[in-house]
Amino acid sequence: MNALLVTTFGGLAMLVGLVMLAGETGTPRLQEIIAAAPSGTAVTIGVLLVLVGAISKSALVPFHFWLPGAMAAPTPVSAYLHAAAMVKAGIFLVALLAPAFADVPGWRPTLVVLGITTMILGGLRALRQYDVKLLLAYGTVSQLGFLVAMVGAGTRSAAFAGLALVCAHGLFKSALFLVVGIVDRSVGTRDLRELSGLRQARPVLFVVTLIAAGSMAGLPPFLGFTAKESGLAAFVDLGHDLDWNGWGVLALAGIVVGSILTVAYSARFVWGIFAVKPGTAICEPKEFSPAFQSVPVVLAAATVVTGLAGGWLTPRLMAYAAQFAPGSHEPVLTLWHGFTLALGLSIVIVVAGLALFAWRRPVAAAQHAVVDRVRMPDAERAYNAVMRGVDRLSIEVTGLTQRGSLPVYLGVILLVLILVPGTALVRAWDGVSVRGADSRIQLAVAALMAIAAILTVRSRRRLRAVLLVGVTGYGTALLFVAHGAPDLALTQILVETFLLVTFVLVMRRLPPFFSDRPFNVARWVRVAIGVATGVVVSGFALVAADARTARPVSDGFAKPAVEYGGGYNIVNVTLVDIRAWDTLGELSVLVVAATGVASLIFLITDRSGRPRRPVHAIDAAGDEPAGRWLRSGRAIADARRSIVFEIVTRLIFHTVIVFSVYLMLVGHNAPGGGFAGGLVAGLALMIRYLAGGRAELDEAAPIDAGVVLGIGLATAALSGLLPTLLGGGVLQSAIVDIHLPVLGTLHLVTSVFFDIGVYLVVVGLSLDVLRSLGGGIDSQIGADAAEDGRTRAEGAPA
Amino acid sequence: MTPNLPLVILVGVMVAAGVTLVLERSLTRILIGFVLIGNGVSVLYLVVSGPAGTAPIVGLSDEPMSDPLPQAMVLTAIVITLGVTSFGLALAYRAWQLTGHDDVQDDVEDDLIRRRAEQDETSMTFDAADATLPDEEGADTP
Repeated sequence: MNALLVTTFGGLAMLVGLVMLAGETGTPRLQEIIAAAPSGTAVTIGVLLVLVGAISKSALVPFHFWLPGAMAAPTPVSAYLHAAAMVKAGIFLVALLAPAFADVPGWRPTLVVLGITTMILGGLRALRQYDVKLLLAYGTVSQLGFLVAMVGAGTRSAAFAGLALVCAHGLFKSALFLVVGIVDRSVGTRDLRELSGLRQARPVLFVVTLIAAGSMAGLPPFLGFTAKESGLAAFVDLGHDLDWNGWGVLALAGIVVGSILTVAYSARFVWGIFAVKPGTAICEPKEFSPAFQSVPVVLAAATVVTGLAGGWLTPRLMAYAAQFAPGSHEPVLTLWHGFTLALGLSIVIVVAGLALFAWRRPVAAAQHAVVDRVRMPDAERAYNAVMRGVDRLSIEVTGLTQRGSLPVYLGVILLVLILVPGTALVRAWDGVSVRGADSRIQLAVAALMAIAAILTVRSRRRLRAVLLVGVTGYGTALLFVAHGAPDLALTQILVETFLLVTFVLVMRRLPPFFSDRPFNVARWVRVAIGVATGVVVSGFALVAADARTARPVSDGFAKPAVEYGGGYNIVNVTLVDIRAWDTLGELSVLVVAATGVASLIFLITDRSGRPRRPVHAIDAAGDEPAGRWLRSGRAIADARRSIVFEIVTRLIFHTVIVFSVYLMLVGHNAPGGGFAGGLVAGLALMIRYLAGGRAELDEAAPIDAGVVLGIGLATAALSGLLPTLLGGGVLQSAIVDIHLPVLGTLHLVTSVFFDIGVYLVVVGLSLDVLRSLGGGIDSQIGADAAEDGRTRAEGAPA
Repeated sequence: MTPNLPLVILVGVMVAAGVTLVLERSLTRILIGFVLIGNGVSVLYLVVSGPAGTAPIVGLSDEPMSDPLPQAMVLTAIVITLGVTSFGLALAYRAWQLTGHDDVQDDVEDDLIRRRAEQDETSMTFDAADATLPDEEGADTP
């Protein structure tokens, strides 16, 4: 988790930096950015942000703590991810950018200082570890610091040495991790206090470890030695190549100290695993196949070969290093340079390192004396503090904003509506001229509706509120008629009727009164918000209507409606052709809503409204149809039947269904259409349900509502796609005139299929609502009654 | 274009009544308020859509037609209201089935978070990092 958060943080910083660089150079391609090598303040900031990414990825101070923490994985995974691929990504990035940006202010100081600090800190911590894997992990942190300091120094010899060290590190570190893995598997512990005497038991592994650790410590003749020699030589010349003078010497001293620590912990590693320790039982490792240790053997061999093949490697590494200006010496990988300062330093490093190892107890104790007594800035503690802070902040913000109360949420939204657009409204207000009602009827209807709305708020009885809201609905329909919108009026009346019955179907189960709420301040707040919202909305209506000067876009609808849409009813053509995408979206909403209704009542994924044949079979077995007006006439108790209702239903049902289809087909040229037709069919089904109960509904529509919804949506979608096959656009209409003998000409527009889809979806919705809120609740009432009866029967004898 | 004042007032009253109901806790009242707001907005469309006219059917009359585009939008809205209200009714019924009333309660989880905020605690999923160091050489020396 630490690893993810830290490296992601670095990655985000890097992303910002790269975006800045891309903005500065005008290209997102890294090659071109490097070739352009821009400069300037923005570039400096961008490059430093990229470096944050590289540093966090490569576990440099102050991000070093994530690497040892991430060592929980199996050893081969650690070897690959945390010793090679992931952490080297940062080194790679630095190496890639160094030729172009090493001269950017802050680049060299940042990387060299952080690199050397990390090298020393990692080495010190590695010296204290008992767990050999953690020892290696801190060793890796130390080595990464070394590599970054080399690669980031930005001179030709340092870049050369950096590349050589990357190769050497890859070879010896993966070998060492695999050795740890083998030891862990075969002995069962990684604690060096429990490991003892493995040199005798595992001689091959010992030699491999000796070679790899020797390369890490920088002993000849391994690649680690030649690489480190060239690195020391590069830093010896740092003062000269970069005019660093004293600072160059300090950097060199840092590298030397870090290398001494490296020798010491390399020795500690070999000793820790293989030495015979007094007072510790000799380990007896499990046997394993020779292939198990073949990979570290190959890696160790490569370490030796590459160490001897310096002459072969040199030109290959120079291919990269040649991008830098030549320094005071040309770097070369070789075992023997002559008696140089670098050689002298190497000898000092090895001797001092071994001495440090020999006095490991006092050294460790001294380290702890410092760490325990002196409070130093601790990156990990800071990280934890930041994480805690973020968590606390989120809790405070969530606690403050997420009140979990629906009225509060809605109230906040409405208050924003009142305050922000309301303020804009007041500022935009400059006198509005209004006119009176168009007719007396309009005025009367409006007054009635307003009274009904206010009474709805005041009513405490559910049914009363529902009926009053119905008044406003029918009133709206009347206003539509007065306005010249017959389609709207028709649909509004049908919807209002359907909704009214649906409300009643649910209300029969709910308590007759709303839950008692004391008449208190909260109520006045609600009323105040409501009134303010109403005033603001009225204001919008006045200003918007008054501000309207342009001719409506729909002025141009009439001609295309006839010519392309093939219909005279512009509203319907708008729905199925001009704005058909909207309608398609709406159908999807209806399908979702219908499915939601059914699943809330039946609580299962498939609708249980399938025709229940067994019930019907029992009926059929009973007395025969004499005087039966509806097919499932005997399914409900006689006391609840109404013969008149049944007869009327019987007489009008089929007529109404035919009428609904007619409405749908004629809708293109006259008021009607898929919505109105579907609603009429839905009302017809509702009448069947009300007259004969849920069995009757199943008789009337022996089909699953989901199937109807699905077919409807599919029909609408396919009729939209069909024109594309004929070379038109999606949802484009085509007009076909079919001459039928006797009946005359059928003027067929392909969008009628879209309307059929609409019709089916609305019928499906009606069916779902009736089956769920009607039939579903019926059966639950029945079940409850049966339950009551049982408990009463059981209770009676006692 | 001059707006029709009685209808503007009607819009205000219906929206005010609807909003007052929507801010209640009873789901039925919320739904009734929703329907009221829906009807109010339908009338709002009438007000801003221009003057009344004949039905927007080509060839019906030579008189000016009412604007068909807002009508198509309102038609969509009416049917959507039907679907959403049905769904809300099913929700109300289910709430009644589960709790015996249809009041929308405050979220319990949010309440817990608020309590944590008041007591300056961290979240439940926050695991304080293990601050203890692994056993190290030299740690046992005085």
